Amino acid sequence: MTASFESIFKRLIPAVDFCSLRFVEESTEMLSVRQDIAEPPKTCIDRGVMITVIDKGGYGYAATSDLSESGLRAAIARAHDWAKLTGGRSVADYSAFAMPTPSGQYRTAMPQHVPVSKSEKFEMLKAESAACKIDDRIKDWEAAFWSTHTRQLYVTADGGLVEQEFDFMVPSLSVTAFANGEAQTRSFGGRYNGFCQQGGMEVIARSGFRGSGRQTAEEALALLSAPNCPSDTMDVILMPDQMMLQIHESIGHPLELDRILGDERNFAGTSFVTLDMFGTYQYGSPLLNVTFDPTMAHQFASFAFDDDGAAATKAYIIENGILKRALGGTISQARARTQGSSVEGVSTTRSCSWNRAPIDRMSNLNIEPGASSLEEMISSVDKGVLMRTNSSWSIDDSRNKFQFGCEMGQMIENGKLTHIVKNPNYRGISATFWRSLAMVGNVATQEVMGTPYCGKGEPSQVLRVGHASPACKFSNIDVFGAEG
Amino acid sequence: MQMQNYFYAIADYIDTQIHNGETTLAYLSAEESDFVRFNKNAVRQAGSVKQLMLTLSLINNHRRAESRISLSGERENDEAWVKSTLEALRRDLGDLPEDPYLLFNQTPQSSEHIGESKLPSNADMLDQVMSRGRDKDLVGLFASGVIYKGFANSLGQRNWHRADNFNFEWCLYHTADKAVKNSYAGTHWSDADFARRMAASSAQLEILKRPPKILQPGQYRAYLAPAAVNEIVGLLSWGGFSVKSQRNKQSPLIKLEDGAMALHSSVSLDECSRDGIAPGFQADGFLKAPDVSLIAGGRHTGSLISPRSAREFGIDNNGANAAEAPEALDMAAGTMQRDAMLKSLETGLLIGNLHYLNYSDRMACRMTGMTRFATFWVENGEIHAPLNVMRFDDSVYRLLGDNLLGLTEERDLIVDSGSYGERSTASARLPGALVKNFALTL
Repeated sequence: MTASFESIFKRLIPAVDFCSLRFVEESTEMLSVRQDIAEPPKTCIDRGVMITVIDKGGYGYAATSDLSESGLRAAIARAHDWAKLTGGRSVADYSAFAMPTPSGQYRTAMPQHVPVSKSEKFEMLKAESAACKIDDRIKDWEAAFWSTHTRQLYVTADGGLVEQEFDFMVPSLSVTAFANGEAQTRSFGGRYNGFCQQGGMEVIARSGFRGSGRQTAEEALALLSAPNCPSDTMDVILMPDQMMLQIHESIGHPLELDRILGDERNFAGTSFVTLDMFGTYQYGSPLLNVTFDPTMAHQFASFAFDDDGAAATKAYIIENGILKRALGGTISQARARTQGSSVEGVSTTRSCSWNRAPIDRMSNLNIEPGASSLEEMISSVDKGVLMRTNSSWSIDDSRNKFQFGCEMGQMIENGKLTHIVKNPNYRGISATFWRSLAMVGNVATQEVMGTPYCGKGEPSQVLRVGHASPACKFSNIDVFGAEG
Repeated sequence: MQMQNYFYAIADYIDTQIHNGETTLAYLSAEESDFVRFNKNAVRQAGSVKQLMLTLSLINNHRRAESRISLSGERENDEAWVKSTLEALRRDLGDLPEDPYLLFNQTPQSSEHIGESKLPSNADMLDQVMSRGRDKDLVGLFASGVIYKGFANSLGQRNWHRADNFNFEWCLYHTADKAVKNSYAGTHWSDADFARRMAASSAQLEILKRPPKILQPGQYRAYLAPAAVNEIVGLLSWGGFSVKSQRNKQSPLIKLEDGAMALHSSVSLDECSRDGIAPGFQADGFLKAPDVSLIAGGRHTGSLISPRSAREFGIDNNGANAAEAPEALDMAAGTMQRDAMLKSLETGLLIGNLHYLNYSDRMACRMTGMTRFATFWVENGEIHAPLNVMRFDDSVYRLLGDNLLGLTEERDLIVDSGSYGERSTASARLPGALVKNFALTL
């Protein structure tokens, strides 16, 4: 099919400064067992193309699910019309920007494919579901597999050709316990699918999903009888399933170059980071090393080329605490240069599907492991709390004042883990929080997480991103719990 | 009529493909939309999207399987695609156990709604926006076009909903995060209406140029404009009105539902599909109840009940969608006059918008979020200065309970500008709220 798109597109290319075709086909399967009952299985096959035209300074796109030759012809004409209409009225002279002419392929690294039937998957889900109901106080429980196979083709009028193929797997399980008017929910991988990786059923095997039902239910019950997290200023150790959210909201979003250039100010917001800060700004303590890494095997947002066709490689975004690069692709970097900035970016212009135009995203944004073991971090804390698994997140539109909550906390007293606490929350300010990074866990503490739900853009887009992180310790953080 | 005829032809074709004992449900969600994104009163990205998504369910012998597929809009191609999808669903059914919660409408109730409109041409819209935004830092999104929703089952039911509309949401920025937000949504574009809204935004922008006031955390008297109330009610909609969330103890309003807590007696909320802009039918073929009372006199009165929940909990469904999320919330008006609100506020916060809300204590229905856009410090009934953004963290049981001083008589219709996957058809009609204590924490 992709070969025919390429040939039809090449026949129809108009005489313009730049023209591209991006085809996306996603095949998705969602299987779920709730309270030991199989939900009706859901599949989705979504496919379409986006045509982009740049001409005489203008930029236009047209997306269509009509993949016939007449459908492609209409989309090309529509995109061309938009380019003509916006020439001289755009934020920049798009024709002045050199768009990539890429060539290459990408395929999710997977072991030899062993087919697993829907029935077998349902049996796995049923087994974990059945393990959840260990007490009458368990009121709701659900286990699910969400898998997607994606094919992408990117063709440019000047000969660029990229084929990329991805497999994604997202296992999840959550349990809600209730007693005496209070509920606590505990999850495997996070309620919002924090455990998500590229790959097939081998992801399930390495995820720890098997056996998670009983453990998650036990933790939900433990939370139900636990005291509230105390309110105080203290040290916190954030485990990777909370670090992923911390990275995402207070490093990833503020460093998106399109936010810094103002594109998102009507919706997602702006950034406290400005163009002049790159190269010198002390974003965090010297222990903070953040990379854009599209090459990490199995991570959720690994790829070889972004959706503008730019080849993607690993780069340091923050090195030894100093802000180095922005999360911005070809067009944003070129726009920044027109404003006199020499900021460097990375190839991370991406779209959620064929029907949305690419914009700057964070893709795989990771904290590099440090030197401390988890035991060393715990033993260094006189009074603090170790927090696991994000449950709540809120941050201002400049990505500065944040407040995050976790599913589960465990007190640290005199260097030792003690009792579990429920409803742990903390708040801070991005610009100072990362400077309180006191210890970074070693590779043994690292987990490869992410989210399928990064929302941004106008029109809106929800996109897959990855965050790998070790456990990290932060000093003197404003911690609090729930009411009552 | 072209899209309606196409969908009904596809539905008729599906009817020819079913086997004995089978029932099919088909839900079409399609649009032909234009999107123009502005930054600094110039175009950042402009384009069009034509998409047709069909959700096809096959039901037989108390089992159900579902597939969502994109269609081209060309019958011949799509019939083959639908046929192969049905065959795949039929294979899936064979491996499934019976579904004890299966419920779909078996009493055909056909309907048709075709809205009228007068949308601007893209060239005219660009001229209007960019001329009114000249010399201003305007950023936003103009979305317009046709939205189609259709339902058909193999029992002969046919439902159609067509809405041609526009939704322009924009900000005028002064500097950094100091901005005024406004929107203009509807079916008939009027240059004069748009000009009035731009003039109102421009007037507020002048106030934003004053030196900002920096507040310390604490309790403040506050007026929440309808857009800010919409953010609070929007977060409540995240499981708060769903009977499934309530029965499974995941609702943030558990204590309201249990009767352990109550809101102020002036708080009443309905899901008023009758007055909304979303289609009046849902994906299992049920028509939505015209009006479902959720909260009345500050107390829990009802829930959104999907067919699946109805079967699970042994209750009647009221045509809610599968997520049991509201699409046409209607909050009762109060008695306070909006024009007199600054005087009623006396000294405190005038909050135009809130941003990025989430629960900080779900059981206490305590939520946190940020002030955003035009938010001002008011002294002695007059706007004194813009405020730097502040974080709040407070319980809805306080904000819309003991601390609520009153709701405005005037209400705003807020049309959801969301476009995740497709353009939203949700809306809410809400008053403003005056509260005596609003807890700022950071």
